[in-house]
Amino acid sequence: MTRINVTVDGAACSDDVEPRMLLVHYLRERLGKTGTVIGCDTSNCGACTVHLDGRSVKSCNMLAVQADGHEVTTIEGIAHDGQLHPVQQAFHECHALQCGYCTPGMIMQSIDVLNDNPDPSEEEIRTGLEGNLCRCTGYHNIVKAVQTAARSGSTSGEAS
Amino acid sequence: MTVTDERPQREVGSARRRKEDQRLITGRTRWTDNIQLTGMLHAAMVRSPFAHARITRIDTSEAKAAPNVVAVLTGADLGESQGVNINAWPITTDQKAPTHVPMPSDRVSFAGETVAVVIARSAAEARDAAELVDVDYEELPAALDLKEAAEDKVLAHPDLGTNKSALWVFDSQEAGTGGNVEEAIAKARTDGIVIEREYRQQRLIPAFMEPRSVVVDPTGEQITMWSATQIPHILRFALAATTGVPESKIRVIAPDVGGGFGGKLQATPEEWIVWAVARRLGKPVKYTETRSESLMAGHHGRDQWQRLTLAATKDGTVTGLKVDLLADLGAYVAIVGGGVPVLGAFMFNAIYKFPAYRFACQTVLTNKTWTDAYRGAGRPEATYAIERLMDELADELGVDPLEVREKNWIKHEEFPFTTVAGLEYDSGNYEAATAKAKEMFGYDELRAEQRRRRESNDPVQLGIGVSTFTEMCGLAPSRVLGTLNYGAGGWEHASVRMLATGSVEVVTGASAHGQGHETAWSQIVADRLGVPFENVEVLHGDTQSSHRGLDTYGSRSLVVGGEALVRAADKVIEKAKPIAAHLLEASADDLEFKDGSFHVKGTDKGMAITEVALATFAAHNLPDGVEPSLDSDATFDPDNFSFPHGTHLCAVEIDTETGGVKLRKYTCVDDVGTIVNPLIVEGQVHGGLVQGIAQALWEEAVHDESGTLVSASFVDYLVPTAADTISFETAHTTSPSSTNTLGTKGVGEAGTIASTPAVVNAVVDALRPFGVHDVRMPCTPERIWKAIHARDAGGASTTEGAAAPHFDEDDVADRSAGTAGPGEGAHQ
Repeated sequence: MTRINVTVDGAACSDDVEPRMLLVHYLRERLGKTGTVIGCDTSNCGACTVHLDGRSVKSCNMLAVQADGHEVTTIEGIAHDGQLHPVQQAFHECHALQCGYCTPGMIMQSIDVLNDNPDPSEEEIRTGLEGNLCRCTGYHNIVKAVQTAARSGSTSGEAS
Repeated sequence: MTVTDERPQREVGSARRRKEDQRLITGRTRWTDNIQLTGMLHAAMVRSPFAHARITRIDTSEAKAAPNVVAVLTGADLGESQGVNINAWPITTDQKAPTHVPMPSDRVSFAGETVAVVIARSAAEARDAAELVDVDYEELPAALDLKEAAEDKVLAHPDLGTNKSALWVFDSQEAGTGGNVEEAIAKARTDGIVIEREYRQQRLIPAFMEPRSVVVDPTGEQITMWSATQIPHILRFALAATTGVPESKIRVIAPDVGGGFGGKLQATPEEWIVWAVARRLGKPVKYTETRSESLMAGHHGRDQWQRLTLAATKDGTVTGLKVDLLADLGAYVAIVGGGVPVLGAFMFNAIYKFPAYRFACQTVLTNKTWTDAYRGAGRPEATYAIERLMDELADELGVDPLEVREKNWIKHEEFPFTTVAGLEYDSGNYEAATAKAKEMFGYDELRAEQRRRRESNDPVQLGIGVSTFTEMCGLAPSRVLGTLNYGAGGWEHASVRMLATGSVEVVTGASAHGQGHETAWSQIVADRLGVPFENVEVLHGDTQSSHRGLDTYGSRSLVVGGEALVRAADKVIEKAKPIAAHLLEASADDLEFKDGSFHVKGTDKGMAITEVALATFAAHNLPDGVEPSLDSDATFDPDNFSFPHGTHLCAVEIDTETGGVKLRKYTCVDDVGTIVNPLIVEGQVHGGLVQGIAQALWEEAVHDESGTLVSASFVDYLVPTAADTISFETAHTTSPSSTNTLGTKGVGEAGTIASTPAVVNAVVDALRPFGVHDVRMPCTPERIWKAIHARDAGGASTTEGAAAPHFDEDDVADRSAGTAGPGEGAHQ
């Protein structure tokens, strides 16, 4: 067991974890942050995407111990005081989700894309989301949502 | 100037943002794998690496001794307590089907089948210990190739004596719905046109994003199962029917479910094993599959060979269609099983007026993953076949593919139309949808560009693909299902509860997993009862609250379940009327119900239905003999299917030097009847399109020569990404369905059904100058390049068996030899 100290969605967490424990398992099983989900075991689907110190990472692709001393933000930590993050709002407005399983990862990756490039072209959005799979929407409305969020000029919020 | 309109806005037809989104975009979701119960144990499956083998010994001792392992159980340990996995649709009375024991103790029939289950205090410990279970197998020859299996060369289940499960035949002459197809073909051979083709429907994987997960809690009086399923009600029935637990002691909950596409329309071995184990241990048990397990052991879709003969006169009028199918069931006959290709039997004639038709489908058992419903279920296969054939006919005639379709399709004034397959299409307008699609697409301009590129020998060629389609939705009239030997009905249930404080609870037997029922159902009820959209709460997916239902698949929820809802709401109004009349001191005959209130005709006296609900709750002053409740329910059984249709047009650019395909443009005009929520409808179309396009271009489940699924991860099974796809142009024409009062037709499967042939027709269209008449799906760059360079008209022989070769065999052979370097292998 290794002691780690991680700030998750603004809260300081201190836990003993097995060195082999993945960050996503730590979030889900130890912290109850079940908003972040697991969709594959080969880091292809991106459903587990969170932010580590403001940059997107696939939380199935790093160990909990690697997050020691870092700040993790999940889908549960981007709305503040009942105010949705602009990308969350855009996903809702543009019907960019159906079953919603890929949505936490897709939103976290979209924020990252916009942090990098506040005014991306459709192609840049599509390339930026290439590591996140969605089986419901055909991506059409996800692209639209990212464009909408970009137009509202709001990559603000957490971790940017 | 402001015009004040006090009428509530009409909800049906408005693009309401979804109610479901709030929890889904904030992570406040309840997926099955999120569920934690006190004392909960975790299961891990030990799966067979062999496609067909006898289990000679299972040594569980080391696993049992591993840390925090509670039990290691085999099929022999569970015995009959594990029940069986059922086939609900034996398509013929003499169908041959192996008994499907969830965890067999003697013989495995596909690679990935469970042979032991480990239960531990944590999921990680269960998985660690599963590695320690030592199973000895005696490998048996495996039936893998569909055509060879159909010849019984190797038996998938030796005890059955054959791999042939059932032969299902429809013949229009025998049914009295049309003529003799052999005569039509014989005549066309002498003085007409005969198109004979064989098409392959490759094996696909539904690949829902949420892996399957199940929790069973045996504590308390009822045993509760949470499952990532499309069919909680059918599961409850099947558990009761096969495990000896009374139905009344079973509660099944489908909480938030992350997609299904038919893939979660199943009673799975994993559910049955966890059920048996939790009952045996007396503790809650959870099992969540890995993605590889999901791809390996969750049911697959499609997998057919289609032998097709189309007869036509020299002017392009089709005179007959003959269809011979081989359908791969995989190792077991799944819950719908052979019913999937049979659903396609009624759709090969599509939107056309064919005078003669014969369909025969042979279902075949193999030692591969079982197959069952995948988005469209039978109808994409049928649509693909006929739409490819119509293009071939157009090519033969030298006319535009839309022209030959128009010559044969049902004209809008001919509805209702009884087809050669015996179905009555209620409404449609193929001319209108096609005209609109052509205009939006810029059909003539793109054809002109295609000509220019052909004339200039442009290395990048343009292909234009056409697909017109219809499908049968709204599964289904129970009587029809009965005549097809299906094990259940096709009705749907709804109830409406008027709460005292003004909100309305709607309970539906449909079980959404991404479709947005909570939003659409609220819109319907808000209109019907005149209550605010926000005040409607939709409950579903829990057999304790939603006690009656037949769940969500086959584009049925709105068409069947929506009508049940309308009828339940109307009953509420009927029950409220005498109470309102009593309270308003008027005759019930003088009341009219409008915009949520009862009004006394000719006066300004009135009362809102929510006020009637409160008065009914208090029950202080009700008419004599009237029960103090407005709550109502309804079960709707449709008389007929509904028949959405559409015209899809696709343009692709093909780099003839590399075989690479680029989607250029995709336009579709669908007629799905009345649209309740345009936003949701668009979303269903977009998602459907990409799944259908993915069959055309990318996806294929590939088993190797030993029966191992080589595309068992998202590295190898090519679910498209945002970077692979484009934005779409979608629009609608509307011919309301006459089978339900809302006029809806169903939209869940439309995009998937229509898009596959549109894309392949576009690919083949681009390659016609090279003498290419077919490219097998998925149309990979390799296959396209080979088709171009082989100048081969047949196509199939030029393509590889595997969509995405897992490795370079020469390279691996070299490496294993350990001496020869690349290029020096024995295969040169």
